[in-house]
Amino acid sequence: MTSRTPLPWFWVLIALLGAASLAQVAVFRGETVNAAWLLAAAVCTYLLAYRFYSAWIAAKVLCVDATRATPAERLDNGRDFVPTHKWVVFGHHFAAIAGPGPLIGPTLAAQFGYLPGTLWILVGGVLGGAVQDMVILFLSTRRDGRSIGQMARDELGNVGGAAALIGTFLIMLILIAVLGLVVVNAMKHSPWATSTVAATIPIALVVGLYLRYLRPGRVLEGTTIGLVLLALAVLGGGWVSTHDTLAPLFDHDALPLAGGIIVYGFAAAVLPVWLLLAPRDYLSTFVKLGTVLLLAVCIAVLRPEIHMPAVTQFVDGTGPIFGGKLFPFVFITIACGAISGFHSLISSGTTPKLLTSEADIRLVGYGSMLLESLVAVMALTAATVLEPGVYFAINSPAGVVGADLTKAVKTISGWGFPVTAAQMQGLAEQMGEATLLSRTGGAPSLAVGTASILSAAFGGGLLAVWYHFAIMFEVLFILTTLDAGTRVGRFMLQDMLGNVVPALGRTSWYPSVLLCSALVVAGWGYFLYVGVIDPNGGVNILWPLFGISNQMLASIALAVATGTLVRTGKARFAWVTGLPLAWLAFITTWAAGEKLFSADPRVGFLAAARDLSDKLTAGVLPPEKAAVAPQLIFNQQLDAVLTALFVCLLWTVIGAMLLGARRHLAGTCTRASSEAPYQPSRLVGGQFHGAAGSEAAGS
Amino acid sequence: MSPHLGSGEPAKPQTLAAAALREQGAAALRALLDTVRALTGDDSYERYLARHRALHPEVPALSPADFYASEIERRYSGVSRCC
Repeated sequence: MTSRTPLPWFWVLIALLGAASLAQVAVFRGETVNAAWLLAAAVCTYLLAYRFYSAWIAAKVLCVDATRATPAERLDNGRDFVPTHKWVVFGHHFAAIAGPGPLIGPTLAAQFGYLPGTLWILVGGVLGGAVQDMVILFLSTRRDGRSIGQMARDELGNVGGAAALIGTFLIMLILIAVLGLVVVNAMKHSPWATSTVAATIPIALVVGLYLRYLRPGRVLEGTTIGLVLLALAVLGGGWVSTHDTLAPLFDHDALPLAGGIIVYGFAAAVLPVWLLLAPRDYLSTFVKLGTVLLLAVCIAVLRPEIHMPAVTQFVDGTGPIFGGKLFPFVFITIACGAISGFHSLISSGTTPKLLTSEADIRLVGYGSMLLESLVAVMALTAATVLEPGVYFAINSPAGVVGADLTKAVKTISGWGFPVTAAQMQGLAEQMGEATLLSRTGGAPSLAVGTASILSAAFGGGLLAVWYHFAIMFEVLFILTTLDAGTRVGRFMLQDMLGNVVPALGRTSWYPSVLLCSALVVAGWGYFLYVGVIDPNGGVNILWPLFGISNQMLASIALAVATGTLVRTGKARFAWVTGLPLAWLAFITTWAAGEKLFSADPRVGFLAAARDLSDKLTAGVLPPEKAAVAPQLIFNQQLDAVLTALFVCLLWTVIGAMLLGARRHLAGTCTRASSEAPYQPSRLVGGQFHGAAGSEAAGS
Repeated sequence: MSPHLGSGEPAKPQTLAAAALREQGAAALRALLDTVRALTGDDSYERYLARHRALHPEVPALSPADFYASEIERRYSGVSRCC
């Protein structure tokens, strides 16, 4: 459609600028590359992809029909089905999909250099993630806002539905565990961070009580109060960290902190939602959107130099942050930001029930994912503007570089990334921390990068405050994901157990709430505990597992999409979702294969278990490592089982999809389409169309 | 358009233009506030009440507190946040 009309000069310029920026970043790279080129390359890629690819998919592949009444219009109930203005839906959808994932993954993947991560974020984003989100949003909109699990059952049969359900439940447990671990590593022996994070709990309670009893539903007022209190908590944390009696109260080892998070997670799951979960969510959404916007503006204005090489020697698999070669592990490490299966849970179910018109699907589905992809590019920028030596000192686990600062900086400098003990000590002092060595998980290094950018933008100084502001910002919405995830996990478990014991399926029956919440918390709490006692930091085990499970979920979503395209007579366009599916299936299977069978104990789960048990029997382990070795061995074996399970689920779903597609093409398929029949929209072309603030149309 | 402009003595073109500009500014500000309120859900009770009165005025509406509680319960019963 677009290729036949003459291109306006604007798009030619965008294409030229994008190509020039990409060439700067990828080809003509000098000593250092300016972050502005990275940002320009990303923005141009997104603009072109949105203008042409997403428009083509909407018009030719999905045949989006603005005259067709959406579920929000047909089933309008003033609650979950409400026709809403497209920019408001965009805001809701973006706030829901953008979590800590696109911040952590790119930070960890920066060990390969800035280039591999950037390219995957851009290509994966515009050809994979955004397509997945938009197509699933479209399919769910055509099916009364059904969830991805229901659509998998409708389109791929019971096997597909069960695979989606099990996959979602497991990914939730692993995600929460790894996020909890990130929080623990950010708070470990940091009275400032710990006290600030602790203060967010009473602040959320105050806002919750305000919104429930004092001024019901006055979200803007409640949130403003909360934000002021949060700012005070960040400043107050600085005071606490220098206080003689208060500081030791917030100075803890990783293990008690993990215990605290487990207790907190259980409390948040069984307390009323309005008391803790909802107010925390309001606050974190505001802080998240505000900080991301601020960071984007600061990077654009400051245009910092990127100090990380384009590609480091760690593409060979010897990287300190996680083991494994560039291929396939960059594609597993960066899931969110490029393609995230988790989004299919939001794109189906919640968001479709708000769309006023099918014409908004492109902006909400494709556009939101592009913005999340941009967030990932910014996280990568914040990680790579750090001196590489500093980046590796913060992110390498003690098990790799050693816990002693002088030895650690010597090891890291030996890799060709010079860093000194004085430099690390000075940086830690500037950031108001005792040490920044081996603070794995990505959050602290992102906070150092963010703090240096924000501090420079505001005239320098106050580094410690900005650092702890950044930590608070990350932890705030990590804990939101943890609370909300535990609650959703509880619902899923109640749903599953309800099939066996009907009483457990009653979602508001308190014994069932307590039991199922405890089971979910125990599930992720176990992985969190093992991650904490693991001398290699745990992130290097849990993050790849999370990546594999997230890509598996994306494969399920893309399989549903591809199967549906074929069954609705669009087989010639099936490659739009089929190619990303093939790529994901390929890299996920490959990565899972390496995690299972690699002989390198830093990569293979089974090799690591064997290696550790050999050392244990030989008696060469120091006593503190020998004490936890049996648990670590069991955990590696459990991780191997989970990885194998994910691959089985993945290929079961793909098999079901291919079988259904073949039957359809052969004309032997008898399954009816689950699409809701056409009803003309009354909201299009009539008085609503021109009316300002059409979000009120449903009232 | 605001009523005071059309009535009374004829206003000078300059003040008219200034008033129109003010009007536009106020309208833009209001639109922004409305969008922020819609984004945050700050206006959800008002929208509920308007809809409720239009559809079944004979049924008593929920109080703001009850509406908020049930709305929160509904919103957090599904997947609302991602990784």
